This record gives sequence, structure tokens and C-alpha cells, in this order.
Amino acid sequence: MAETMKLEIFRYHPEKDNEPTFQTYEVPFLEDWVILDAINYIKDEIDGTLSYRWSCQMGVCGSCGMMINGVPKLSCAVFLKDYYPDKIRVEPLTGFPVERDLIFQMDDFMTKLTEIQPYIIRNKDEEKPLDEGEYLQTPAELARFKPYSMCINCMLCYAACPVYALDSTFIGPAAIALGQRYNMDSRDHGRDARQELIASHEGIWECTFVGECSAVCPKDVDPAAAIQRAKVSSTIDWFKDVLIPWGKKK
Amino acid sequence: MAKSNEPIWWSLFSAGGMVAAMILPVLIIITGILVPFGLVDDDPLNFERIYTALSQSYLIKLILFIVITLPLFHWAHRFRFTLVDVGLKSVSTLISILCYGGAIAGTIIAAIIFLRI
Repeated sequence: MAETMKLEIFRYHPEKDNEPTFQTYEVPFLEDWVILDAINYIKDEIDGTLSYRWSCQMGVCGSCGMMINGVPKLSCAVFLKDYYPDKIRVEPLTGFPVERDLIFQMDDFMTKLTEIQPYIIRNKDEEKPLDEGEYLQTPAELARFKPYSMCINCMLCYAACPVYALDSTFIGPAAIALGQRYNMDSRDHGRDARQELIASHEGIWECTFVGECSAVCPKDVDPAAAIQRAKVSSTIDWFKDVLIPWGKKK
Repeated sequence: MAKSNEPIWWSLFSAGGMVAAMILPVLIIITGILVPFGLVDDDPLNFERIYTALSQSYLIKLILFIVITLPLFHWAHRFRFTLVDVGLKSVSTLISILCYGGAIAGTIIAAIIFLRI
């Protein structure tokens, strides 16, 4: 083995261990290896008991999110050479209960994702028959929500969010950004249905605009901007309700 | 899920942030640097002069009122969240009352002073 590098990996097996420990592995250092390659090497060649999630190895599936030296990153998108020759510390994404080693429980996020209703909702009487074709959209209408549609549900934004870390009732960056993605879609009529959750205290109002969600997002979704925009539109709703109470009742 | 009353505080907070970001730096340069260091002639911050100008113009009063009060709400909202986030969530209602109450008190005092000038 020519050059090597050390990875210090979080290990925890709740049924056996009282508390988490760190285990250090020495792996070959290759210029073109990402951290996930090194972890796969450990699993295949050194220690088959190491557990972690991964799939596509190309930043699309969103399953290999880990804390790399304390920063949430997709382990398939960070190169060993950016850390060489220092030791790299690998932990599961923070803010979630640990299932085993680098695998965390994502149930809370999955529930929130469902609650935000991230799909196109049409008014019943405005659904046109299939033979009339698709709902057309201008490039400008597409551009309004397209960045928010790039989310791969990797949950790095939740691991980066200090608000979610303190209080997990917060709906959180990705779910709100996805809600906003459908709210801003010209084909969608579901804003009122989503608004009850988005405009609640646990929705956008817990956010203190730290902005780390957008800083760590591997897909440049900018959830922080989505939340601020939702704050503006919810505030306009609120003033309309208070100042024009005879207007449209929700 | 209950409808949140945050929009009223958030809108005052964001308006205050806008004032703090765009107008306060100008005022700091004028009142904190240019005048004290004698970089402008003609004693622009002379008390009599300012007082007369204020007493004659509701527009100046209004602008100063906005510049003074909105940042109070900006402070109140941010300070409230800071205190809650450092672990005082159990007394969050009291914190809200003190922070926003302070900003409201400051607003009333500013209004009374301006009306008396």
C-alpha cells in the first residue's frame, strides 16, 4: 500500500453498545476516490460490520449524507484529496436518532414530507379530461419553481439547521421548500391546503434565517429563500385576513 | 393547527431590519463620524437648529419616528428568538411580553416626545 489515509468512523449498535464509539480505519489514498469509495473499501476489505446507506454514487439518490468533519455532506461528492493527509471524521447526520453506525432514522422527515402534500393538487371541477392533453406552462412559469424541484431529500439541510436540532417539531427546510415548489407551480391549486401547516408556528415561523440549509444543499435548492418567500406571502395573507375580514374566507 | 400571529411581529422585524440595514449606517456616518470629527462645516447638529426643524415638519418627525421605532421591533424579535434558542423556551411567553412590550413602550415614548415637540 503506497499512500494511506485514516478515517475515524462513528460506530453504534444500540442493541449491544451502551454508547457510541469511534473506530479508526486506514484506507489507501487515491486521487480520484471520494469518501464513499473509502467507506466501501472498509466494508469490502476491512470490516463488514460497518453499516451505512448509499446507492447511486453520483449525487442523485440522496442516501449517503454524512457528517464529514462536522459538516453535512454527500459522501459521494467529497474527495479524499481535499482532506489529505489529515484524518477524516465521519458521523451520521446530526439531529436524527441513530439506527446503527452511520444509518439514522428518517421517519420524522418522511412524516413531514407527506404532511406538506408535495404533489400537484387540482380543484376538482377544474381537472380537464385526459384527451385534452397536458397543462402547458411557459418557461417563465417553470423557472418560478424549478430550483425548488431539484431536492433529492438527502436531509443535509436538516442536519445543518440549528432550529431543527433544538426543536424537531419544526417542519424544516426541505419539506417547506417542496411545499413552496408546488405552491409556485402554475398548475397547482393546493396552496390553501398546505398553508395550514406552512403558516403555523411549527412551519415557517420557527425559522430564524440562519441560512445553513442553503449553504449545505448539494443541489442549490436554496430552502432558506423558499422559507423567506413563504414568510412574505403568509404575512400578506395575514394582513389581508385582518384588514379585509369580509374578503375571501379560508 | 392554530393560525400563527407571527406575521405581525415578523413584518415589523423585517421592516426594522430594512431600516437598520439601509438607513442606520447613513446616520452613523453622519452623527458618529462626519460631525464629531468636524468633517462638515456649519454645525449641522446644533440643538436649536434640529429642534426648530423638527417642530416645523411633520415629515421629519414621521421619518425619525420610523427610524427609531422599527429597529426596536427588529431587536425585540431577534432577541426573543436568541433567548429561546439559548434554552429559555420554558419562559418563552414572558420573554415575548418583555421584548415586544419593550418595543411597544419605546414606540409610545417616541410618539409622545415627537408630539410634544
